[in-house]
Amino acid sequence: MDVLIYLIPASLFLGGIGLAAFFWALKNNQFDDPEGDRHRILSSDWDDEPKP
Amino acid sequence: MGKTVPPSASACPACIAAPSAERIAAAAAQRGAASAREGTIMLSLPTVHCAACISAVERRLMRHPGVRDARVNLSLKRVSVEAGAEVGPQDLIKALEGIGYEAHELDAEALAATAADRESRDLLMRLAVAGFAMMNVMLLSVAVWSGAADATRDLFHWISALITLPVIAFSAQPFFRNAWKALRVRRLNMDVPISLAIVLAAGLSLYETMQSGRHAYFDAALSLTFFLLAGRYLDFRTRAVARSAAQELSALEVHRATRIEEGEERSVSVGELRPGDLIVVRPGGRMPADGIVERGESELDRSLLTGETMPVFAGPGMAVSAGEINLTGPLTLRVTAAGEESSLNRLADLVAMAESAKNSYTSLADRAARAYAPGVHLLSALAFIGWYAMTADLRLALNIAVAVLIITCPCALGLAVPAVVTAASGRLFRRGMLIKSATALERLAEVDTVVFDKTGTLTQGAPEPLALDRHPRERLSLARALAEASSHPLARSLAGAIREMGIEAVEVNDLEEVPGHGVRGRWQGREIRLGRADWLGAQAGEGTATWLKVGDEAPAAFEFKDHLRKGAEEAVRALEAQGMEVILLSGDSETAVRRFAAMLGIGKYHAGVRPEEKAEIVIGLAADGRRVLMVGDGLNDTAALAAAHVSISPATALDAARVASDIVMMGADISPLGETVDTARRARARIRENFAISLLYNLIAVPIALAGYATPLAAALAMSASSITVSLNALRLRR
Repeated sequence: MDVLIYLIPASLFLGGIGLAAFFWALKNNQFDDPEGDRHRILSSDWDDEPKP
Repeated sequence: MGKTVPPSASACPACIAAPSAERIAAAAAQRGAASAREGTIMLSLPTVHCAACISAVERRLMRHPGVRDARVNLSLKRVSVEAGAEVGPQDLIKALEGIGYEAHELDAEALAATAADRESRDLLMRLAVAGFAMMNVMLLSVAVWSGAADATRDLFHWISALITLPVIAFSAQPFFRNAWKALRVRRLNMDVPISLAIVLAAGLSLYETMQSGRHAYFDAALSLTFFLLAGRYLDFRTRAVARSAAQELSALEVHRATRIEEGEERSVSVGELRPGDLIVVRPGGRMPADGIVERGESELDRSLLTGETMPVFAGPGMAVSAGEINLTGPLTLRVTAAGEESSLNRLADLVAMAESAKNSYTSLADRAARAYAPGVHLLSALAFIGWYAMTADLRLALNIAVAVLIITCPCALGLAVPAVVTAASGRLFRRGMLIKSATALERLAEVDTVVFDKTGTLTQGAPEPLALDRHPRERLSLARALAEASSHPLARSLAGAIREMGIEAVEVNDLEEVPGHGVRGRWQGREIRLGRADWLGAQAGEGTATWLKVGDEAPAAFEFKDHLRKGAEEAVRALEAQGMEVILLSGDSETAVRRFAAMLGIGKYHAGVRPEEKAEIVIGLAADGRRVLMVGDGLNDTAALAAAHVSISPATALDAARVASDIVMMGADISPLGETVDTARRARARIRENFAISLLYNLIAVPIALAGYATPLAAALAMSASSITVSLNALRLRR
């Protein structure tokens, strides 16, 4: 069972990365327009180059 | 990436704590100073709906000189444009109209990030943290439940404690805060048993862990926090969506006026107007303040204030009130009262008073909590005393008391109402109904009488000519020629109707609009005139009419009738089918109202009603024990809207009327009214079912807990199962 010493911190760390990513997304207005983002993926604008 | 929210607004933690009244006052004060703020222009785009729309709008706006960035928000049907100071919203609106999109200017300041936005983000953050911790602790708990013993179990309990305690301190803060607020004024609310259960579960588990006990309820404490936060967030989200749409409506009325300063016209914010100022109101514009006409002649549409459809003549020396619409000629006004003193705002005060009376309505959830909280605490205390008396084992008695508290904790109860309200509001939102008040659905479900205002609610408020085929062709083509020269609503409606009949206009020379009277011109050497009866020397009849006079011939009348609003018949029929009594109120004459009521099949009506009487009728009905739904749009309805048990107004209604009502109809079609009441009734039934479900779970789980057989696993199962059943039951409403 010694492996738990590594596994528990590892699982907490991985979950923590997910949580941090969610915070980042929330802070960067990623959830402001879910309806629009759903449609935006279908448009071909900025397919070849990123929006300046 | 475009930001829909100006970054400056989020850097004010003190605003969250500030009372809303102060915030509104501050925002209003700021609006005047900062309305010319360069940078972000917000436009409302009611017709965007697809991926092609997004890129068409954005591409067109980016092509406009001076525009740095444009981003469409499809969820809110808005576009925010970053542009230099030289770009005005009018240019952008014209550009968008060119590619076929309707656009309206929005007040960017009014839409700036509000405290509500931050609060919802804050709740979501706490919810995420609680969810993260819950999943990790649950993993560790599964190991314990499946038989980890001794040192391993203790280690897992300690790790769980390490995760749980800080997370609860962070995530459960909203509950602690509300509970403390209630306790300070010696009252009980739902948050008191919630906070107590969370704190006791965590505290007892920590103690048990120290004593290397078998049972720890860390996962229960966390899942309680998580599920209840989810309910709280849903609740908040629903109301925030309605609020932001309502905010948008009020932002549509751009708060600007044209003031004459040293002979020059300047556009200023309405908030800056002072009594004594000279302002210009162009045809089609709304009076921004009360005043007296100094120069100019015109006609006024007072229907929003008085409910009367007939335009009124206005000339120098006449007093006008804020909210009236100037129809034909430009008017110069001397302001007598502006802003808070204007007649518009005095009515708003009345509304505020009526609103506070309405807020005393106790929702189903509150009533449940009031019965529930003391019961739970009593039960838990009895369990503690009983077990201690029987076994004299303090630790065991405490364990059982806490288990009772956790299992009865209103987890499902916390989700029962918000889940249903979210599902019902979402369904109604798609039908164009905006639920503004949290308890509106519950109140709507109790309604047994519906009172309609006629003008602007059951009718479109736009008149249409009657029986045009009675007139000879020549008269119609003359009328069309004259009517097309005017922007008066009667003239425009007449011209449009004749055009549809395929009758061409004759050539008329020297066309001239006489503001406040009508239009005149010359045809075959004779003067022809179209306009008000008294201008042409005719005797005005009972209905709305405009008159045509050719040379010295006797004037001929074109009569008008206000058209039924789309869906009015269906709405009335649907409401009556649900067993409701429908009553019609109008300021119009007896004959007109009788004919109208008969057409819709409404049995009961009151004609010639003055604004104050409308509220009296509603209050009278309420005194008879009726639950009244008031549907109205005008300023004259405002007091009645506020006095009714629940109220609905169309989006075309005046600001004050929309503020006073609980639900706003966004579409022009009012047929969803019947469905709205039906949905409200079904929502109430679902809420009751949900209460019954959580009660059922408690009936099963409480005896087990009281008998001392409850384990953390049983608590987790009961909690998750009841929460999920309740949410699923609520989801049935979406169909």
